[in-house]
Amino acid sequence: MAKKIIATASLSGCFGCHMSFLDIDAKILDLIELVEFNKSPIDDIKKFTKQCDIGLIEGGCCNDENVHNLLDFRKNCKVLVSVGECAIMGGLPALRNMVPLQECLEEAYLNGPTVRDCNENKIIPNDPELPKILNKVYPCHEIVKIDYFLPGCPPTAELIWNALVTLATGAELKLPYESVRFD
Amino acid sequence: MGKKITIEPVTRVEGHGKVTININDKGEVEQSRLHIVEFRGFERFVQGRPYWEAPVLVQRLCGICPVSHHLASAKAIDVIVGAGTGTGLTPAGEKMRRLMHYGQIFQSHSLHFFHLAAPDLLFGYDSDPALRNVIGIAMANKELAVQAVLMRKFGQEIIKATAGKKIHGTGAIPGGINKNLSVAERDSFLKAADPNNADYMVKWAQGALDFFKGYYKKNKDFIDNFSYFPSNHMSLVRKDGALDLYHGVLRAVDADGRKVLHDVDYQDYLKYIREEVKSWSYMKFPYMMSMGKEKGWYRVGPLARLNTADFIPSPIAQKEFEEYKSLTGKVNNRCMHTHWARLIETIHAAEMIRDLLNDSDLQSDNLVTSGTRQARGVGVIEAPRGTLFHEYSVNNNDQITECNMIVSTTNNNEPMNRAVNFVAKAMMNGKKEITEGMMNAVEVAIRAYDPCLSCATHAYGQMPLEITLIDPNGMILDKKAK
Ligand code: SF4
Repeated sequence: MAKKIIATASLSGCFGCHMSFLDIDAKILDLIELVEFNKSPIDDIKKFTKQCDIGLIEGGCCNDENVHNLLDFRKNCKVLVSVGECAIMGGLPALRNMVPLQECLEEAYLNGPTVRDCNENKIIPNDPELPKILNKVYPCHEIVKIDYFLPGCPPTAELIWNALVTLATGAELKLPYESVRFD
Repeated sequence: MGKKITIEPVTRVEGHGKVTININDKGEVEQSRLHIVEFRGFERFVQGRPYWEAPVLVQRLCGICPVSHHLASAKAIDVIVGAGTGTGLTPAGEKMRRLMHYGQIFQSHSLHFFHLAAPDLLFGYDSDPALRNVIGIAMANKELAVQAVLMRKFGQEIIKATAGKKIHGTGAIPGGINKNLSVAERDSFLKAADPNNADYMVKWAQGALDFFKGYYKKNKDFIDNFSYFPSNHMSLVRKDGALDLYHGVLRAVDADGRKVLHDVDYQDYLKYIREEVKSWSYMKFPYMMSMGKEKGWYRVGPLARLNTADFIPSPIAQKEFEEYKSLTGKVNNRCMHTHWARLIETIHAAEMIRDLLNDSDLQSDNLVTSGTRQARGVGVIEAPRGTLFHEYSVNNNDQITECNMIVSTTNNNEPMNRAVNFVAKAMMNGKKEITEGMMNAVEVAIRAYDPCLSCATHAYGQMPLEITLIDPNGMILDKKAK
C-alpha cells in the first residue's frame, strides 16, 4: 500500500497542538514509516508539491493570511481535520469576538501601562507588510468544509496518533469517552 | 537597482514572523526588519474575566512553553490573594511549582538544542536543507536523536506529574498548587531502570554540553564571531546573586558588566521599563527608561542570565559555569554562545529536578495559602527564553480590569532585529546572488534566541523560506523558494 501523504498547518493557534503531536515521542520514528510528509512545519516543503491525503489544521482564522492558507489546504488535501479547540471553535483567541477589534488594538498599543506615557505619536502597527486582522476570529469550518474534528486543548498525543493511524490505514477509530473534551 | 528580500515565515512568537531586507543600488543592505505578523488582543479581552481564570487562560497564548505563562500569571495572582510576593507560599506550594518549572526548562532547552541548533551545527548552516533537520540527525546519529526524544519526554512527564497535563495543565492556583507529588510518581522518576530517571538526565545533559564543546573547539571562529554585538542583559537573580529561574530580583548589566538595574523588586517594574511601538511589527520594543529608547534595549535568556548571575547553585552546572566564564570573560556578548549557556542551564535544571524529587516537602498536604486581598499584582519568571512579565489589576467583584504582559521573545525583539541586520550585512553586502545558505544564516542568528515558533517549526526540520527580489518600482525580478 502506498504511503499516505499528510500536511499540517498552524493558523491562529498556540502551537500546543503541534507540540502534543510531538508528544508521541519515539513513535515519531514509526510515523515516518507510515506516512510521507508534504507541506508542514515538520519538513522543508513550503508549497504543496502534490495532492495530499490528509491535512491537519491547528488554530482558527484571525487574519487574511490564515484564510488564504486554509483555502490552500482545502484545495490540496482530500481529507481535512480540525485539530483542537481553536480550529474547532476559535478557542482562546475567539474571546476577542466579544470586543471591537479597535479596542483591543488601543489597549495593546495606546493604553497599556508600559506604552501609555511613551507612545507620543499614537502608533498602532499598520505597515503593508503586516496581514489584515479579521473583525472576528473564525473556526475553520465556517471558512471551508471540514471532514473530521479532534477535540481537546490540545488533543492528547494518543488521540492524534490513533486518528492518524486510522486515517492512514482505513481502520475504525475508537474515540474513548474521556477524550471528548475541550481542555 | 535596489531589491527587497523577504524571508517568510520565519518564526512564531505568539504569531508568525517574516524578515524583509532592502538592498540598495550599490548592493548594500540598507534596511532589515523582523516583522511579527500576528495580533491577539489578550490585554483587552481578558478584562472582565475572574482573576482565577488567568493562569489557565493565558498559557494558551503559547503552547511551546505554556508552563511559563501559567506560573507567571499564578505568581501575579498570588499577590492579589495576599499570598505574598514570591516567597509566601507553603513549602509544598513553592517546590511543586519549581519542579514544574524546571521540568519545563529541561524539555524546552533539550528540544531547542537537539532539534533546532544541532542540525545547523552538525551539518553546517549552508548544507543540504533536506538533511538539515532532526530526521537528518536520526540518520547521521541515531543515538543522539533517541536521546533528544527521551530528554524532552522526561521534562514533559515532570510537567504532567505536577500540572496534571503535559500541555496546558492546571497545577498552579491562586496562592499555591492543587496537588502534591505522590510517592509512586516520585519513584517513577528516581528509580526507573530505563533512561526515564533523573540521574540519567543529569548525565545526558552533560553529554550534550560535551558535544557542543567538542564542536566549539573545531569551529571557534564561527561560534565566537557570528552575529556578535554588544548589548545590555537582563534577568531575575536570587537575592544573593545566584541563578534562579523561578523567583528573584531584577538585575541588568551593560555590555561591560556594569550594573544598570540594581537588584530591584519586580513589583515596581513600571518604574524601570517601557515599550516602544513601531508601525511595522505587532511586537513592541521594550527598553529601560533610565537609558532611553535608543540605548536602553537589552537581551534576555540563557546568555543574559549567565551574564547577570554571580554563580549557579548546583555543583555540576557551577563547575561548567566557571569554565565558561574563564573562557569567555566577564560579560559575554557573543550570540552563538547562547547555545553554550543554554546547555549549562539544562544541566542545572536536571540537577534541580533530581534534588527537588528527593525533598519530602513535595508529599506534604499543605498546598495553599492566602492573606489580605490586594488590588494589583505583578508576576515575573525566567522562562526558557528569558524574563516574562505579567501584571493584573482586579476590582471588588474579582474581575480583571487591567492586564499587561511582556513576553520573553518581546524582550528580545530589538536584539533579534540587530542580529538579522548584522548577518544580512555580513552575508549579503555586495553579493550578486542570494543563496539559500545566506538566508538560512539569517535564521541561524534568530534561532539562537529561540523565538517560540522557530522552535516549533524547527521541531522536525527547516523553516520554509521564500525570497522575492523586487526593484525600487515594485517590479518582481526573481522569486525563489526552498
Ligand atoms: S487548541 Fe489549545 S493547544 Fe491547540 S492551538 Fe488552540 S490553544 Fe493551543
